[in-house]
Amino acid sequence: MARRSFAIIAGLALAACTLGPILAVLVRAGGFGQISAADWQAVRFTLVQAALSAGFSVACGWPVARALARRRFPGRGLLVTLMGAPFILPVIVAVMGLIAVFGQNGLVNAGLGALGLPKLDIYGLHGVVLAHVFFNLPLATRMMLQAELAIPSERFRLAASLGLTPRAYFRLIEWPLILRIAPGAFAVIFVICLTSFAVALTLGGGPRATTVELAIFQAMRFEFDLGRAAMLSLIQLALALSAGLVALKLSRWDGFGLGRGRAVARWDGRGRLGRSIDGLAVMLAAAFLLVPLGAVIWKGLPGLALLGSDTARAALHSLMVALGSTALCLAWALPLATRRGELWALSAIALSPLVLGAGLFLLLRPWVNPLDWALPVTGLVNALMALPFALRILRPEAEAVTRDFGRLRATLRLTSWAWFRLVWLPRLRRPLGFAGGLTAALAMGDLGVIALFADPDRVTLPLQVYRLMGAYRMEAAAGAALLLLMCSLALFWLFDRGGRVGADV
Amino acid sequence: MKAPTLAAGLFLATQASAQTLTVYAPDYFTSEWGPGPRIEELFEAQCACELEFKPGDLLPRLMLEGDRTEADVVIGLNTDVTKKARESGLFAPHGVDLSGLTLPIEWTDDVFLPFNYGHTAFVYDTTRLDAPASFDALLNAPDDLRLVIQDPRSSISGLALVLWVQSVYGDKAQEAWEKLAPKIVTVTKGWSESYGLFTDGEADMVLSYTTSPAYHIIAEDDETKKAAIFPEGHYFMVELAAKVASTDEPELAQQFMDFILSHDFQSMIATGNWSIPAALDKSEWPEGFQKLDLPDTVLFYSEDEAAALRDQAIEAWRAGLSQ
Repeated sequence: MARRSFAIIAGLALAACTLGPILAVLVRAGGFGQISAADWQAVRFTLVQAALSAGFSVACGWPVARALARRRFPGRGLLVTLMGAPFILPVIVAVMGLIAVFGQNGLVNAGLGALGLPKLDIYGLHGVVLAHVFFNLPLATRMMLQAELAIPSERFRLAASLGLTPRAYFRLIEWPLILRIAPGAFAVIFVICLTSFAVALTLGGGPRATTVELAIFQAMRFEFDLGRAAMLSLIQLALALSAGLVALKLSRWDGFGLGRGRAVARWDGRGRLGRSIDGLAVMLAAAFLLVPLGAVIWKGLPGLALLGSDTARAALHSLMVALGSTALCLAWALPLATRRGELWALSAIALSPLVLGAGLFLLLRPWVNPLDWALPVTGLVNALMALPFALRILRPEAEAVTRDFGRLRATLRLTSWAWFRLVWLPRLRRPLGFAGGLTAALAMGDLGVIALFADPDRVTLPLQVYRLMGAYRMEAAAGAALLLLMCSLALFWLFDRGGRVGADV
Repeated sequence: MKAPTLAAGLFLATQASAQTLTVYAPDYFTSEWGPGPRIEELFEAQCACELEFKPGDLLPRLMLEGDRTEADVVIGLNTDVTKKARESGLFAPHGVDLSGLTLPIEWTDDVFLPFNYGHTAFVYDTTRLDAPASFDALLNAPDDLRLVIQDPRSSISGLALVLWVQSVYGDKAQEAWEKLAPKIVTVTKGWSESYGLFTDGEADMVLSYTTSPAYHIIAEDDETKKAAIFPEGHYFMVELAAKVASTDEPELAQQFMDFILSHDFQSMIATGNWSIPAALDKSEWPEGFQKLDLPDTVLFYSEDEAAALRDQAIEAWRAGLSQ
């Protein structure tokens, strides 16, 4: 009973925070706005790039996740943590890192030039997809790795003792796992890419790469056409929910059953072919993700010395927001870890931050001065935005726990509290740590709705990066970006590690 | 129902303390490198009041608030929004004598008061590029010239660029864009991203302002960054302040408007905001600014002309670059 009412409260809060702001904007606008032909073109481009980006991220993430799951090598833990970094980088920093590698004067072109080969041009649809894969490959990989690791070791023992051929092995173990995880991972990444704007524009090379989010930005900032902005964000929302529905329909669950939670030892992929495929997958992914990160670090080092106390203060504010967001997000996610909850939560990342900000502003204004609430609102919005990721990570595990231990619970007549404390939380520690780390890191790096709620005395670190750039201080901005990267990674590592202590990851 | 009572209490409490002038400004304004802190210091020294900046999205926020806004003055508006802002009826005449203005164009607006200006320009590094001598020369330059610009739909400088091309090329704007297209590396959301690409060496030229080199000269002692000056003319970019009609501090607001064209404010704004003061003789500009190459011909559309041409100019850009 108690769990049900928690779920209802959490669901209502979610609906209030997503639909409420859109309604507020619509009421203020006095109705819907006009959608032009160019807007539909933007919708088409948005769909194409999001589908390609999500497809490549999931397809490339699979071999990497499998390799990381069945291999042990020195530095593997560090690699798993570092590979989470691109996802949590602020957009502008990541783009600069990518350009340092793939740009006109980047490392790749320097290499091609040395070999006498023609230069590679990063700008275009392929650039947009490349950047989105850079951001989301780690997420896809981690989601699938998480699922791989959740397979009870008994299954592998059984597979090994039966002497399954690689084909049978794929059909009986891997394929069901892909079916279970890939559609959800695809949907989440698809929805993130739906709202992409600065990346799509910068790497898209021009107006052909116009996304819906840009049209919303234009409507809000330049034309002050709230009705059009609300209309466009409803289109975005509808696309996201459709993607979510399709994913839910596709993702089947066959179940691997219960194990004793012992360390996983695997016997698959021990041949030379398996070993080389795994090695190649890990090396390629590591190079693709870590070299641009290295460029960010390299460029940021000299700038670190230029940072003043105000940047340290901004970092402190960001840390506070991040921790608040994480607590809120996890408390929100636990009762919502069901199919329906996850579907609803998808709408949170599909919401345009601009419309969300304007709506919250309108809702809060009659009661309080929104400017005094800059940090709490930022924290709330970040928690909301991270909720779909947290749920994507938590739900499969949470459902598995309920299914696998439900009979035990009934037999022992565990109280809700005992169940929560003795079974639920310990079994969910690993995904909780990962989800918490992700939320904290995301909240560190997100600009969110700060534009309408900016408070001169409570600047966050990402805003500070933009301010430094706006004041021509590009070197200091690179330093602040590096600081942001380090803070995000440290938070991510702390949470993620906390979830993995003593666990076999 | 405690919140309204609490809000009312807070409202009364602020009324009782010293007078406060609330100024809405763009975000960059109030950072320690922006002009905000200096403005605050100078104004508070003469008004016996408190000046409080509220940074953020200017017009969207004001429009959302309507006449219940707490803003007394707004500073940092651009000409792209003046029409919308004027039509909203939220602003009152500034009542400042405009005879002291030193703008390169005539300015008679009685609502929006200019405080600094610049022009759109392509900034380049003299060690990497010989600048084209005219806009035409830029269009006809070899395609390996690498240019980065901003999107007119998301940035004010990007919008100024399409209006610039429109005023130079008129009906042939789309052809001009088609010629420029192969040289454009990419289009960014805002000025910061573009300028970052330029300083990183990803582009040879960046759409910026005639005043950008002043930063490099004064703050970095670097004279290699220059704005390419074209005889066809450069588009005028001005930043404006306005008094909010519903202000509850009309006298303080007026005092602030008068302060904007004062010598104190004007002699600080050049290095405070890296722009040319709106009412200061060139001989009084900082040395780095006196060294700037500035255009002889200045192009500018009134807000009505700009509003009428805007969609057409953006469409020419979109069509020209989508070929």
